Amino acid sequence: MTTTPELHHVRPDTVMSVRDLRIWYGTARGAVRAVDGVSFDIRRGETLGLVGESGCGKSTLGRGVLGLLPDAAKVAGHVLFEGEDLVGMSRRRLRSLRGPQLGLIFQEPMTRLNPLMRVSQHFLETLRTHQPELSKEQMRRRAIDTLGAMGIPPTRFTNYPHEFSGGMRQRIMIALALVLNPAFVVADEPTTALDVLVEAQILTILADVKRNFDTSILLITHNLGIIAEACERVAVMYAGRIAELGDARAVFARPAHPYTRELLASTISLSTTSLHYIPGAPPDLIAPPSGCRFHPRCPDAMTVCPQRHPPVVTTELNQDVACWLHGPDDQIPPGGSAPLEREAIGVADEA
Amino acid sequence: MARSSGSLPRYLVTRLLLVIPMVWILLTVVFILMRVAPGDPVQASLGGRAPQAVIEKQRHELGFDKSIVAQYGDYFNGIFHGDFGTSTSSNRTVTDVVAHEGAATLELAVAAMIFALVLGLGIGVLIGRYRDTPLDVFGRLFGVLTYAAPVFWIGILFQLLFVAKLHWLPSSGQADTLVNIHLQGEAHTNIYLVDAVISGDWGGLRNVLVHLILPGLTLGLLVCGVFIRLVRVNVIQTLKHDYIEAARARGIPEHRVVLRHAFRNALVPVVTVIGLQAALLLSGAVLTETTFNWPGIGQALIRYLNNRDYVMVQGIVTVFALIVVSVSLVIDVVTALIDPRVRYS
Repeated sequence: MTTTPELHHVRPDTVMSVRDLRIWYGTARGAVRAVDGVSFDIRRGETLGLVGESGCGKSTLGRGVLGLLPDAAKVAGHVLFEGEDLVGMSRRRLRSLRGPQLGLIFQEPMTRLNPLMRVSQHFLETLRTHQPELSKEQMRRRAIDTLGAMGIPPTRFTNYPHEFSGGMRQRIMIALALVLNPAFVVADEPTTALDVLVEAQILTILADVKRNFDTSILLITHNLGIIAEACERVAVMYAGRIAELGDARAVFARPAHPYTRELLASTISLSTTSLHYIPGAPPDLIAPPSGCRFHPRCPDAMTVCPQRHPPVVTTELNQDVACWLHGPDDQIPPGGSAPLEREAIGVADEA
Repeated sequence: MARSSGSLPRYLVTRLLLVIPMVWILLTVVFILMRVAPGDPVQASLGGRAPQAVIEKQRHELGFDKSIVAQYGDYFNGIFHGDFGTSTSSNRTVTDVVAHEGAATLELAVAAMIFALVLGLGIGVLIGRYRDTPLDVFGRLFGVLTYAAPVFWIGILFQLLFVAKLHWLPSSGQADTLVNIHLQGEAHTNIYLVDAVISGDWGGLRNVLVHLILPGLTLGLLVCGVFIRLVRVNVIQTLKHDYIEAARARGIPEHRVVLRHAFRNALVPVVTVIGLQAALLLSGAVLTETTFNWPGIGQALIRYLNNRDYVMVQGIVTVFALIVVSVSLVIDVVTALIDPRVRYS
């Protein structure tokens, strides 16, 4: 697979192109490789869903593409946005992009607004930072219009954050992220902290935003229902890597990666009669399993899986998948397709 | 919504009503302390060799021959009418001492508070932002040292450096003698700084300010250590809050994130502590005034204590207590104004 952005084919309507992004945190035990060689593109006006278990690196990836990581995090790779690489960009330039070009919608809306500042002050501060040429009245108009589009009436403009419910605060946060009409927005589990009715509202708002402003959204969630409802394409993440990426309907209808299949089988719905779960736990990101990271939990694991990391291949359904079940066959060593004998390996390791 | 307009007045009324039991308890404690303290104020004021008749007469005039309950009633009655008592060792009333010496102490305390706030908040936010750097270590050390070092020792070091060695500043007193005489003649408020401004005496104002620097700084340093540590911890805590990351995600400049979001929010608990520091300021003032020969109420308190002038000591302590209560009231109101959430809880 290509790692240099120049060689990779990029569609002309691509807004953001992530290439071989690696993010790791230094800890006392060693480096936590939260994101380990992730590549994907997001097109204009598209919602790309990013799904995976807790701790698989979803949120780190979402913050990483915006350059919003804590100082302790190290980043390598490329995040190409409108011809510029956000990795290694100066703080100043990055800051000027956040707001007018790049937005972030958070998981917990209750704590994301400064309790001592009125809602109006949050908006005026943001607008003044990025568009100082606007008059105060223009800024006010713009903020109130954006809030209105999210269903917050103008009479509440000067209220304090604690005077709003969780759902309203999330709509305020979305308005705040969108007031400058950014081209790309990361929505990090925007509905996790809200009840289902509010969740539906928020998802409708995000769909409207995408339609009206052609905004590209990276929607991070662990809820497959939300992906099915709100996303064109989906990326399934496992242990810091993307296991499978493709058209959301195609992936759900015919999952190419065993992990995706197991994840879909674990979904609880009204017709669920017994609970399905994936045995084992998500791997330790400090010392991840060799080869394919999913092999210790994979029902279809072959002897090649712990030996070599599977390259990304594109299936006939146009899904990008990293799994030896889909080849390339010429890279599998002789006998590599035999089922993996776990017990034997366990004993051998202990011996 | 209507909620926000209705709650602040209600909060203020509740807070004001709480002052009544607070003051009552304070005054009772002061009263009891003065009665259980050993020694007889009348004997003390008359030198211990007066004839019994004179002692009895004095005792009667001061009301010490009444029952303890009646004395308690008189004490409260007097305070209610603004009469805190008259000195047994001189002819001055407590009110008069508070008006004159108290004005000097107020000047010193305000100057000290300004020094403490500027240094404490400035250093605190700086080392909170740059935590665990050499700057942080230095700032924390500075905070501990200034808080731990005795006031009189710091005062004497300052006098050695700025007065004896550098000859930059006057060593002691509230003003030069001539200025002193002039300003006492111009007594509008008894606060020299204000009087100098009212009478347009700019040379006098300058002289008073120059005299204020060393005592103000000495007392201010004592208080600023607390602020440094508190502001630092609060800034570090606030910088971890979700809304800080949210502000950064909107591209708000870092200096604005630190000052507008983190620092301002970190100040809420600091405002409360400013109130508590008023007490430290008053006790520190007693030492500072002695070191710099500052004609304030702290020095007066020591003088009257030495004279066993119980009425005066009781009066001054009462005034101190009332000051602390008033400051804490003001602080609570200010906190409610800064933080909208306080009004509801």
